[in-house]
Amino acid sequence: MAEVAEKEIKKSEGLFSKKNRKLLTDPLDANNPVTVQVLGICSSLAVTVQLKPAIVMALGLTFVTAFSNLLISMIRDTIPSRIRIIVQLAIVSVFVIVLDQLLKAYVYDVWKQLSVFVGLIITNCIVMGRLEAYAMANKPWPSFLDGIGNGLGYGVILVAVAFIRELFGSGSLFGFKVLPSWYIGNGLMMLPAGACIIVGIIIWIQRSWNGYAEED
Amino acid sequence: MENIISIFVRSIFIDNMIFAYFLGMCSYLAVSKNVKTAMGLGIAVVFVLGVTIPINFVINEYMLKAGALAWISGSMKEVDLLFLQFIIFISIIAGVVQLTEMVVEKFSPALYGALGIFLPLIAVNCSILGGALFMVGRPYNLIEATTFGIGSGIGWLLAIVALAAVREKMKYSDVPKPLKGLGITFILVGLMSLGFLSFMGFAV
Repeated sequence: MAEVAEKEIKKSEGLFSKKNRKLLTDPLDANNPVTVQVLGICSSLAVTVQLKPAIVMALGLTFVTAFSNLLISMIRDTIPSRIRIIVQLAIVSVFVIVLDQLLKAYVYDVWKQLSVFVGLIITNCIVMGRLEAYAMANKPWPSFLDGIGNGLGYGVILVAVAFIRELFGSGSLFGFKVLPSWYIGNGLMMLPAGACIIVGIIIWIQRSWNGYAEED
Repeated sequence: MENIISIFVRSIFIDNMIFAYFLGMCSYLAVSKNVKTAMGLGIAVVFVLGVTIPINFVINEYMLKAGALAWISGSMKEVDLLFLQFIIFISIIAGVVQLTEMVVEKFSPALYGALGIFLPLIAVNCSILGGALFMVGRPYNLIEATTFGIGSGIGWLLAIVALAAVREKMKYSDVPKPLKGLGITFILVGLMSLGFLSFMGFAV
């Protein structure tokens, strides 16, 4: 399977060939990491009370996924398969440490808001899932794109949920009041429970739209 | 002593890993299809949390914190290794999980049969690393930290068994097709989380 995939991507192929573009766009809808692959749920619920931390988190995750995909894919032939989980964890945590220090240095208030969730990118299943499922069997450049695509797919859901929660929860967007002053914030939206229900409904809408059904 | 009981009860009901922080959601959603496997994974989580939190606590206290290395020599007082926290914590967790798996396999094949397949999953369960990071942010001592670890594990076990029980019954309900599976599970978790909110405000 892996070999076939590798052969398909020939040297002559452009960096943004149709196949590579598909790697970027697929995770946005049909193969979304959150709503279809069920990966990375924890943080998508926890950091979405406001838009700003949600966007920072999405960018951070995209950065970590893309670069750890790239690096793992470069050394994939030399990793002994028995200890690959530890190797992957070590590489991911290096990038997370870099990200953590960057956020702490440049956007301290957001870093405070995200608290433990920056660290939890290490155990975010999107990163590990893509490493296992894609980067271990594919060349560096497609793996890099796959990482960016999945990071963005995660970002789309994160921003959607955060938009609804911040708008209806506190009547503001990015911290600016947008709804008129008579609007009283809906407390349910600010609670973790509200996030769960919103994600459930987003999944419902998406699946009735693209016809994906689950056999249970 | 009172303090310990309070931390224990808080970590199970009020600061529940799932319903208050959404940690460990991935395996929570994936493995909650029937009660028996949910129970297995839950017990494994309690065990791993109970073991790794004290280890991480000691490491953080005597190696990573600013000035923690003072016990080696006076000149090490300035060293602050906190930026290594993530990588050290996750290596310890992965190591303990691997070790547990090997020990259990060697000494209790029956338990290995029940828990074995779940153990590798746990290394990447966010509730374990999350527990360690929460523990660092709070002013716990060793005993309190251990209690917190075990309590959070039990809270997680409670949550996954409860959800699995509901999902077993869900098989017989007529859910709209696109909502089936993941969608309805999310809404269920939301409702259960609302239920757990009623514990808030209890001063223990």
